[in-house]
Amino acid sequence: MPQPIRLKDHERDARLVRRRVVVGAVLVVMLTLVLVARAYYLQVIQYDHHTTLAENNRIHVQPIPPTRGLIFDRNGVIIADNRPSFSLTVTRERAGDWQAVLDTLVQVLELTAEDRAIFEKRFRQGRRPFEPVPILFELTEEQIARIAVNQFRLPGVEVTAQLVRHYPLGEHFAQSVGYVGRINEQELKKLDPVDYSGTHHIGKTGAEKFYENVLHGEVGYEEVETNARGRVLRVLKRTEPQSGRDLTLNLDLKLQQAAEAALAGRRGAVVAIEPATGGILAMASQPSFDPNLFVTGISFKDYAALRDSIDRPLYNRVLRGLYPPGSTIKPMVAAAGLDAGVITERSRIFDPGYYQLPNYEHKYRNWNRNGEGWVDLQLAIMRSNDTYFYDLALKLGVRRLHDYLYGMGIGRRVSIDLGEEAEGLMPSPEWKRARYRQAWYPGETLILGIGQGYMQATPLQLAQATALVANKGRWVRPRLLRSAAGLTPEQLMADGEIPQVETPPDVVLKDMKYWDMVSNGMQQVLHNPRGTAFKVGSQALYRIAGKSGTAQVVAIKQGEKYDRSKIKERHRDHALFIAFAPVENPQIAVAVMVENGESGSGVAAPVVKQVMDAWLLDDSGQLKAQFRPASPAVESH
Amino acid sequence: MGNFDRTLSSEDVVRRRATLLQRLHIDGWLLLILLALAAGGLFVLYSASGKNWDILLKQASSFGLGLLAMFIVAQIEPRFMARWVPLAYLAGTSMLLYVELFGYTAMGATRWIHIPGVIRFQPSEFMKLIMPATIAWYLARGSLPPRLKHICISLLLIGIPFVLVLKQPDLGTAMLILASGAFVLFMGGLRWRWISAAVAAAVPIAVAMWYFVLHDYQKRRIHTFLDPESDPLGSGWNIIQSKAAIGSGGVFGKGWLQGTQSHLDFLPESHTDFIIAVLGEEFGLVGICLLLMVYLVLIGRGLFITAQAQTLFGKLLAGSITMTFFVYVFVNIGMVSGLLPVVGVPLPFISYGGTSLVTLMTGFGVLMSVHTHRKWIAQA
Repeated sequence: MPQPIRLKDHERDARLVRRRVVVGAVLVVMLTLVLVARAYYLQVIQYDHHTTLAENNRIHVQPIPPTRGLIFDRNGVIIADNRPSFSLTVTRERAGDWQAVLDTLVQVLELTAEDRAIFEKRFRQGRRPFEPVPILFELTEEQIARIAVNQFRLPGVEVTAQLVRHYPLGEHFAQSVGYVGRINEQELKKLDPVDYSGTHHIGKTGAEKFYENVLHGEVGYEEVETNARGRVLRVLKRTEPQSGRDLTLNLDLKLQQAAEAALAGRRGAVVAIEPATGGILAMASQPSFDPNLFVTGISFKDYAALRDSIDRPLYNRVLRGLYPPGSTIKPMVAAAGLDAGVITERSRIFDPGYYQLPNYEHKYRNWNRNGEGWVDLQLAIMRSNDTYFYDLALKLGVRRLHDYLYGMGIGRRVSIDLGEEAEGLMPSPEWKRARYRQAWYPGETLILGIGQGYMQATPLQLAQATALVANKGRWVRPRLLRSAAGLTPEQLMADGEIPQVETPPDVVLKDMKYWDMVSNGMQQVLHNPRGTAFKVGSQALYRIAGKSGTAQVVAIKQGEKYDRSKIKERHRDHALFIAFAPVENPQIAVAVMVENGESGSGVAAPVVKQVMDAWLLDDSGQLKAQFRPASPAVESH
Repeated sequence: MGNFDRTLSSEDVVRRRATLLQRLHIDGWLLLILLALAAGGLFVLYSASGKNWDILLKQASSFGLGLLAMFIVAQIEPRFMARWVPLAYLAGTSMLLYVELFGYTAMGATRWIHIPGVIRFQPSEFMKLIMPATIAWYLARGSLPPRLKHICISLLLIGIPFVLVLKQPDLGTAMLILASGAFVLFMGGLRWRWISAAVAAAVPIAVAMWYFVLHDYQKRRIHTFLDPESDPLGSGWNIIQSKAAIGSGGVFGKGWLQGTQSHLDFLPESHTDFIIAVLGEEFGLVGICLLLMVYLVLIGRGLFITAQAQTLFGKLLAGSITMTFFVYVFVNIGMVSGLLPVVGVPLPFISYGGTSLVTLMTGFGVLMSVHTHRKWIAQA
């Protein structure tokens, strides 16, 4: 059937549109009536209600800040709690001439012009109309009394109580737990304005910062009726805030104190990890500082004192301190060599006291310039023989060296929840080309074998690598958090509450015995009379596997000897020691760095042992029952 | 051929009374109402802005600019417009695409094309007029009512700019663009069964989305969007305060400059999107009814022009512009009085803001053009 030809029928179209115009007009009138009805409802039927709200009294919504979650150590000792503190708030809309009010306030409290400038700055950070802005914290009794007496001259000024963070243990956990501080302008831009509408503090460092989401909780609010002077007359509706979740950390107060005591006033870092769980048992960076200073705003003078101190208390040596790992890297290099098949347990090299690359003049020295003769793997680790490891590094080559050590955590962030952790550096030819636009030299491979050169690691990375050896290659990322309201860090990660990090693949060696060979070498360091740290190991009630190291602070020229008398105290080498124990059933892995301590075995090793004793021995000085190996390998008293 | 006679005679009447206004292609009624609205708007704005002369002068000069735009557009013959509409649509859509890819971001949204030192503008604003013109042009080519194929193509034409603007994100403008296109279809006699089918389909689709597609956090967002009072510290704050402001105005209001809510800064955005709350508080139910009445007269005049328009293009375009204008009014007042969710749509001619003012005036310029370029042979 042919389609009928459609002709434009203008009259019909016009009629159609005209009908729609009528429909449209009816629609418009009807919807307008809806608006009128709504206005009638609000303005006539609900008139009294709204008048009450708006005119005589004023309704407004006040945020109720949630209580921040507490932080405990593994035994339930409080590290961070909240204490009531009085602060002074000003509400701009009620203050009238607020400049004059600030002037009066400064006069009443006998403050200075500088304080007034700070007040004004804080005052300008007010966010919503009728929001009381806190301008002075931790009021003393006298200040509260003075304000009360002069209240009539201070419209819009109120003294309010709020909970403020407090760290009862002061300096002990300043580096790990961190502290909270006043929200600054940059942070304000990133925060959810609703969720933080009643909150004035935010985690600035450490666990306080990393677990901010978990600790903060959810804001509540109340609708209150106030009179024209801003006094709350009654609460109309209240939604309770939801407190933040408490954190239980892996840290142990007693061990932390023992670690700090072991450093005995020297500058340095101690970090102890439980190999099976990755839990950080203690983390000390000395000297430390009092985190309470930062909570309500540190004074400029106090801050300058901390910042300019030559001992650098604000410097987190555990996480930010980058040191060449020195000889402590040798056990890991040995594991790499065994796995790659370039050495065996029995293969030996001859050490004349130095190593030379073919066709090069340069002599790479062993620390013992007399040489040690024929050296095998055990002896090389035990005596920390540099020559053996120069040779091993050259056989491995920089490529494989990089891959193995990077796989063990050198040059990458290793923890789950230590946000400030430095990356460290595991160099490779590609890195050197990108960084310096230079080719890689064979000599640079050699010194990588003894942990010198470009390689840099934090004490945390060294502790992690030690735990990895203790675990025979199984990776467990170090973590501060044990649980947050029953959730492990992994569960928090799965819920998207903390950033996702993947666990690196386990280091699988071709033969598990290789780990034992490395561990044996490390045990000789402490338990063989020729071992570098025999002095420390001979007194231990359990077997320790460890390795010493020194990190150069200033370079020594070729052919020159390290002469301590010529070197300024602050230019002396840093002493390093890593260890885990008991070897049969590793419970603790420790890395110690003593700044300018010079001798890894002499200075850092005793610190390690003191920390281990504090963890492994009971009050009577015996190895705790649960840590005893199944076989009676340890002598009993 | 009675119709022929009628057209001829009315044309005769027009010719006889050809006044200065008609020769300038200005519709006296529209001009009068717009001037009244603008004057009243400035009055309210003076109070709402806290007696800020700068804002007032800026708004007045925007209004002047709008008048100029309206005057210029009124000179353009609708047939000339229709010729250039497809090109304008292509240009407008490509500009939106450009914004999507390289646009200038401010306040969390990418809406602007920014040529440093030269100009910064929102292409979506042009789209508010190009959209109805395009659909009107497209439908006017065929016969009415539109058939399924035409409806589908129209929806595609509407959909592209709608989605682009929605992604900016600018829900308010996207909705107005959608409405302006949809009203052309409506005016073009879109069959009732299609309209009811669309409404009927929307409900189960929304329900299915809710249960099967949306994540929890998205549902929560929609929930606060639909019920802002569940979030009294965020977007709910405005609604609680604006309702209190309107309600406390009562029948006769508190008097000009006497509103407490707005003047004590209780009311955010009081001089832009929420200005009706100031009007409601200071002039009461009477003030709101009066304003709505003026709007109704304006819309009445617009619909009259629609009915009188001689070309199909003119009819559809004028009808859509008029109805879209009502969407502004309804959505804005509905949102401020707590009937509708909060969407950024200004109150026409009263809210502070130059861009929307100029766009609106340009729209009325189109109405004037449609009305004043009538010829009795126009339908040939």
